[in-house]
Amino acid sequence: MSSSLDDMYREVILDHYRAPRGKKPLEEANVPADGTNPSCGDEISMSARIEDGILKDVHVDCKGCAISVASGSMLAESVKGRSYSEVLKLAEQVKKMLKGEADFELPEEWEDIEALKGVRNFPVRVKCALLAWVALIEGLKNYHPDGRTSKAVVSTDEE
Amino acid sequence: MQPDTKKTAVTAESLPHELDVAAIKADFPVLGQKVNGYPLVYLDSAASSQKPREVINALLEHYRYNHSNIHRGLHTLAERSTQAYEKTRTHVARFIGGVEPQEVIFTSGATESINLITYTWGDLNVHEGDEIVVTEMEHHANIVPWYQLAQRKRAILKTIPITVCGHLDLSNIDKIITPRTKVVAFCHMSNVLGTVNPVAELAEIAHRKGAMVVVDGAQSAPHTAVNVRDQGADFFAFSSHKMLGPTGVGGLYGRRELLEEMPPFLTGGEMIREVRFDKITWNELPHKFEAGTPNIAGVIAFDAALSYLEKLGMHNVHHHEMELTRYAFERLAELPGLEIQGPQVVEQRGGAISFTDPVIHPHDIGTFLDSRGVAVRAGHHCAQPLMRVMGKVATARASFYIYNDKQDIDVLVESLKDMRKYFGV
Repeated sequence: MSSSLDDMYREVILDHYRAPRGKKPLEEANVPADGTNPSCGDEISMSARIEDGILKDVHVDCKGCAISVASGSMLAESVKGRSYSEVLKLAEQVKKMLKGEADFELPEEWEDIEALKGVRNFPVRVKCALLAWVALIEGLKNYHPDGRTSKAVVSTDEE
Repeated sequence: MQPDTKKTAVTAESLPHELDVAAIKADFPVLGQKVNGYPLVYLDSAASSQKPREVINALLEHYRYNHSNIHRGLHTLAERSTQAYEKTRTHVARFIGGVEPQEVIFTSGATESINLITYTWGDLNVHEGDEIVVTEMEHHANIVPWYQLAQRKRAILKTIPITVCGHLDLSNIDKIITPRTKVVAFCHMSNVLGTVNPVAELAEIAHRKGAMVVVDGAQSAPHTAVNVRDQGADFFAFSSHKMLGPTGVGGLYGRRELLEEMPPFLTGGEMIREVRFDKITWNELPHKFEAGTPNIAGVIAFDAALSYLEKLGMHNVHHHEMELTRYAFERLAELPGLEIQGPQVVEQRGGAISFTDPVIHPHDIGTFLDSRGVAVRAGHHCAQPLMRVMGKVATARASFYIYNDKQDIDVLVESLKDMRKYFGV
């Protein structure tokens, strides 16, 4: 098997793809976001629950390629329990990292996400990895603690 | 299997010969390489075909020995270039069924050809409330220009639906094509479904209602003998790069009477007879539609592509692809759950096979196959309305041409089996 293929489809990515985390729908979500990747048809539906400024839970349902599904699964696993502002900052960093614009010291527990960097050698697949993260970022930006949150709808074609 | 007809004295038109694919492969230098460590298996000819040595050499030779601008110069190179350019036009006219060379306009490709029709014939003849009919299986190149024309003219864009088997549904055709219909535009062969449409039948229906017939031949001209007159096409658009020729070259056939009355498309040099500041007269056909310096080298090399195809015989090319398609259907059936779009009867389709895996996304299929040296297309194939009708967001597509053989299909199928193991789903 060619090494670059395994660079992208790292075992940890295939593991998330085969058994995505965060599939369980949330009952009291207050951060809804939908995303699409029109050029390849990936679709993501996401929701999160924020309580007292902390992301308590995240639900991710992604229909798409291995990269987009794994990326969404990693997101669901990694952002829980962190504060609103921390998640927004980290998500922006992941986005820049996947686009190859900058590298950051991500939290130690986020090492799975480092594996997504393999997409940088496959330019057309970067959008797949980005989808969940841009949906989350827009969802968080739309969030109002008083409950006026409107659903974020994003498309990676704008990235 | 076909009988061995090589030793019998039959014409190319009667019984098909089998192509000598090993010899053909050797004519295509690009095919002799390894990609990602594996021998290249090129199954993306519906997107763009590879080029035989004859075409590559024609490009080199033109620039090396003969290049000049055409139609104007009085010197030797200008004469050589002009003659070679016009020779291709005559060749194309013969290739598409024996039309007049003046009825063949060179464009940058089928996309420009269709835009030319919509901006000239369309602007002249389509008015508010008129109907433009396309089909659900069209490539964006045969949708967007018509949509734009409909917008400009406040005309109505209608579509012929497709059946679940991927054929045009003509059951309500009299309600779709009406006396208000000015033009019916459709593909000869679908780039996604592989469906071969009944062009002559549909053209007859359209003509009976007084509508003009535009055939998108981008996917058919490379693969089957075309006779635009027998088809009843008023316009026929095609691209050189899908039929062994260079990119940036295409053609538009139009019936002379239509071309004569049409205003020019692009304007500038070459397409005029006389220019004054108060009056300009247009050049004669076909130059009226060829403003500026065209892709001279590309057009000249296209001649070599047509000769290559004629040497093989378009009947044989068609027969070869049917055989490959038949074999591909057989072998792909070894993958449980793999879904092939479009007609399941090989006789009703061409050699572009779109498929989906029940679990693995087409982009993962494309990336995995590439790691094995197998080039396929994955995505919506510039046919988003069709994908919506099919309920798919994307498909993978393997498409065959003269340089493919059964071993290529074996590699495809074995790679797909390995892919399922790799993703473990």
